[in-house]
Amino acid sequence: MYGNAYIDPNEKANAMIAGEDPIKLAEFEARIARGEKIEPKDWMPKEYRKQLIRMIEQHGHSEIIGALPEGTWITRAPGFRRKMALMAKVQDEVGHAQLLYSAAETLGKSREDMTNDLITGKSKYSNVFNYPAYTWADACIIAWLIDAGAIINQVANAKGSYGPYCRALDRICTEESFHLKYGHDNVVTLATGTPIQRQMVQEALTRWWPPIMHFFGPSDKISQHSEILMRWKVKMASNDDMRQQFLNMYVPKIWDLGLVLPDPNLKLNEETKKWDYTEPDWDEFKRVINGGGPCNAERLAVRRMAEERGRWVRKALYNASEKYVTPLA
Amino acid sequence: MIKSLDPRVTREKIEENNLIAPLTPMDNWETYEVFHQKKRGDQHMHVGIVHAPNPEMALLFGKEQYGRRNITANIWVVKTAHVFASEYDDADMFETTPEKQYREAGGYKVMDKINKYKKANKG
Repeated sequence: MYGNAYIDPNEKANAMIAGEDPIKLAEFEARIARGEKIEPKDWMPKEYRKQLIRMIEQHGHSEIIGALPEGTWITRAPGFRRKMALMAKVQDEVGHAQLLYSAAETLGKSREDMTNDLITGKSKYSNVFNYPAYTWADACIIAWLIDAGAIINQVANAKGSYGPYCRALDRICTEESFHLKYGHDNVVTLATGTPIQRQMVQEALTRWWPPIMHFFGPSDKISQHSEILMRWKVKMASNDDMRQQFLNMYVPKIWDLGLVLPDPNLKLNEETKKWDYTEPDWDEFKRVINGGGPCNAERLAVRRMAEERGRWVRKALYNASEKYVTPLA
Repeated sequence: MIKSLDPRVTREKIEENNLIAPLTPMDNWETYEVFHQKKRGDQHMHVGIVHAPNPEMALLFGKEQYGRRNITANIWVVKTAHVFASEYDDADMFETTPEKQYREAGGYKVMDKINKYKKANKG
């Protein structure tokens, strides 16, 4: 069992559990330590609920907004098969959002409130989607490397403590494996194609490398609250560890194709067995996540348009005698 | 006006600050629990929820969300409001289940007695 029953509220690390019933908290932490899942109606610390809602909701928003830069390329994807495959992928992403929103709902935040927080800019989504997909090659790099990053993150989180989130992620990971293969196939096709195709994919890779390095979030040195969230199995791996895992798996595959990564310091350190790289520009990351990126305004405006134009259909089907009940699982 | 790389978006002439009235409760309707049967003969398994205005639409969304990739024989939808569930806090009511050996095949061991009997009555 973790910790003892006494919580010193003056201890800075305890701010997250201040005011919680120490006995219930101890039982809760013991359950997680035994590897058992937490289910929606279980007692849970306020901060556990809050952090999970924030995380699952943002994950859902990322799936919805991520469908926009990729969806752009459906009509212009080269060849019928790729159009069909990209359409299936984008459809998957929107379906993932449905699963994630459902999991977040079990924690007590309604889907309407989540959508409101997205379209007013209050909730965030993955920062990479504030960048545009200039060419077909950009869409291929997204499908391969952004989805690869997402899989690393999701496989880790699928072992977390909250039952509904784990179940949603298990389903999602199965579908993501097709996205990864599809993306890789497209990148390989371009990289082994004509000189113009090679140049196109190289340029897209160069453009996307900084956002990809940002993908796992700020360095652990900056990130707060990590310790307790890892104990609660809300956060399953540190940002830097996931970034290392990504580099380990994908840099060799990128180099296999003779493509160049725009970081002269990127190399595997033989001593530490970890990757050295130039620290990503975290000021740029903050600037973009707070609305300053090339596509923030467009993404939210398009989402609001979709919401507004579909509203009459939802209203027409609305039945005033029905009542909302929080979903069970 | 949004000028996008995507000509379809630009054509929509969307204002950048196209603020809309917030969604209100039930805009996305109530929820249905979805049960999925992989093939005939299998149990239906709970797989998640859908938001829908009526059972017919719930079946349609259930098919889209849970039957699109999986092999599927059949789907059920049940209003969340109609499910009555036990409390996890009451899990102790299931605690004695494994102790009730008298209702399990393994709870009956007769070979010892038979062997003893046979040995005693030999010859």
